[in-house]
Amino acid sequence: MRQFVDRHPIWSIVLFVVAAILLWMIFAVWPDWLKDLIGRKKVFLNALFNGITLGGLYFLVASGFTLIFGLMRNVNLAHGSLYLLGGYIGFMTAEITGFWLLAFPVAFIVVGALGVLLQIFVFRRMEGQDLRQTLVTIGISIVMADLMLWAWGGDFYNITPPDWLSGPMSTFFVTSVKRSGELVYLKYPFVRIVIFAASIVVGVGMWLLLNRTRIGMLIRAGVDDRDMLSATGARIQLVFVAVFAFGAGLAGVAGVVGGTFQSVAPGEDVRFLLASLVVVIVGGMGSISGAAIGALLIGLAEQFGSVYFPTYAVVLTFLIMVVVLAFRPQGLMGRS
Amino acid sequence: MRFNYLTSISVAALLAAGAAQAEPLKVGVLATLEGTYTVLGEDGVRGLKTALAEWKDTAGGREIELVIGSTDASPDSAVRAARKLVEQDGVEIVIGPLSGSEGIAIRDYSKTQPGVTFLNGISGAQETTYVTPSDNFFRFNTDGAQWSTGLGDYVFNEKGYETVATVGEDYSFIYTQVFGFALEYCAAGGEITERFWVPLGTKDFGSIIAALPDDVDAIYLGLGGGDAVNFLNQYQQAGGEANLIGGSIMVDGTVLSSKGSAKDALIGVPSSGPQADTWDDEKWQTYVKSYQDTFPPDQRFPSPSLLATGYYNATTAAMSCLEQVEGDLSDGQAAFRSCLTDLTLEAPNGTIKLDQNRQAIGSNFVTEVVELDDGTLANKLVKKVDDVNQTLGIEPEKFASIGLPSRDVPVCKKSY
Repeated sequence: MRQFVDRHPIWSIVLFVVAAILLWMIFAVWPDWLKDLIGRKKVFLNALFNGITLGGLYFLVASGFTLIFGLMRNVNLAHGSLYLLGGYIGFMTAEITGFWLLAFPVAFIVVGALGVLLQIFVFRRMEGQDLRQTLVTIGISIVMADLMLWAWGGDFYNITPPDWLSGPMSTFFVTSVKRSGELVYLKYPFVRIVIFAASIVVGVGMWLLLNRTRIGMLIRAGVDDRDMLSATGARIQLVFVAVFAFGAGLAGVAGVVGGTFQSVAPGEDVRFLLASLVVVIVGGMGSISGAAIGALLIGLAEQFGSVYFPTYAVVLTFLIMVVVLAFRPQGLMGRS
Repeated sequence: MRFNYLTSISVAALLAAGAAQAEPLKVGVLATLEGTYTVLGEDGVRGLKTALAEWKDTAGGREIELVIGSTDASPDSAVRAARKLVEQDGVEIVIGPLSGSEGIAIRDYSKTQPGVTFLNGISGAQETTYVTPSDNFFRFNTDGAQWSTGLGDYVFNEKGYETVATVGEDYSFIYTQVFGFALEYCAAGGEITERFWVPLGTKDFGSIIAALPDDVDAIYLGLGGGDAVNFLNQYQQAGGEANLIGGSIMVDGTVLSSKGSAKDALIGVPSSGPQADTWDDEKWQTYVKSYQDTFPPDQRFPSPSLLATGYYNATTAAMSCLEQVEGDLSDGQAAFRSCLTDLTLEAPNGTIKLDQNRQAIGSNFVTEVVELDDGTLANKLVKKVDDVNQTLGIEPEKFASIGLPSRDVPVCKKSY
């Protein structure tokens, strides 16, 4: 932090001012001129929070994707299918058992197990052959999409959260003041707050796992130099399987999350594959913190775009990608 | 010599058999079997198959051979699929497409293929038949604006909603729906305060829901498929309590049969469209029965959606005319086409005739969503309006002066 301030004094001031303005916009009661300029505060706050929660969902999907890529140099284009499968399995679990929370471990285990199979039977056989892996994973994603269409049909599935999670909750953010002087507080869907908190927990957990444990050390070493690691006697194939299972499981969990506050249906696999590709390209391939920043940026861009310039909202995410590729082709946190 | 004799007999026998059994007729189908509108496309195909089953797959002595082309609601996917059907598979009749902007693209494509007859599936953009209509493109369903007939009047006068904001997907069909709604609603005295347009395929409506004004009497929702389900889900989570008005595909069987509790927000919502699920008309009930008999319960909706009905009607029209011309599609399909042009289709959802642009004139239904005894949701008939034409009963010149449906056409005012 201090190093950064010493090295980039001007950037630090800019960042500080932006942060201060943002905080003021979040907590202050907006004066009329600002309301005239960009609309009601309620809309702004909602777009901000929705962008952050949507970023949380994107992070869950993209972190598994980027972890697998970072370690195995393996672009798994069937990652979206794993997301979709997780959503369907989560729906079935929640529907049959009646416990929403149970959907998460079940989706994680089932999709994780599929990841193990994929790694053992498919990827191990074509290690280091990028083109072949890419084509094979595209093939797998098409086959899986059709199998899922066959099993679950084209209907929209929507995982119902338990009663204590549904509906809005009041927050302490003031959106406006009534004429009587009474303060109006922002109401925000409870389930989205929980989902965001969960993705922070997952993110922090992953960081701890990677930076504070032996397994994490192995994985980091593997990312840096795979051959050297295996030469030291580490059982690298086992690490690969574990990482692939974990990444796939995360995609499965993300499917349950997505099914809860959006819906599960054919076509979602491609959408989330594209989203995670954009996220990791912006954030930097193979970097967890990059995935977090990328996910946040894309989530915010989508939500602010949808209210402030709806016509161009679709282009905005790709615009961010183009800008990043132009000025920092390795991604924001990527190593060149 | 003997060998020759045998050959000639065999050839003669083959020729005779060939004459008795004319060769099969290839029919192409365009339906959205990918993307946001997958369920809608699936039910459209079910409607088509219901009609074929009623005809035992033959018309005019020719067996029908189906070739299905999958699209994703985008115009280019529809043209790509149509080109494949026409130019590679060599189909002679195309039934489809399903979605508004696809319809406009297929109308343009049909002009380049004068030898093939196109029967619209259920796409409902006004432009498709209203602007530069194509001679070989027939639409036996009413368009999105016609589907709005009766709704504006009903919500203003009966429900007492005086101000409304609209949310709709940003493409031709929803423009057409809002166009029809706005004309009637504003003429009745209502006011549309704001119109929100979201890209087709929007999944996260959180911010749009927050941006909805809270000082309006009701919110008109012009969404369909997965977008509709996502909106309702997130609307409930945000604690939304406004009165809702549904566009035709917002409260259709495709959304009412989705899994989960999102759809419950629709109970009691008024809407309008080319059919009412609970209509007690005999022909309608026969059709529903036929749909239910053609597919096992787990592979269909409780009753056909309006998309199934659209494809069913188009297929029925094609089959009856094939029967009438005895499967003869020679001379550029002239006899077949003139039969279609003059056809009065006694459809399950009311009598349908075509106007000079080969666009349907038919009945429209104002409905309300109710929960049936078995727990499923359906559209209950409130009011039926007959003989709705494409200019909505307005004189053609006056109608033309309103302009084509778009994001902010028509302007909300009492009279034009």
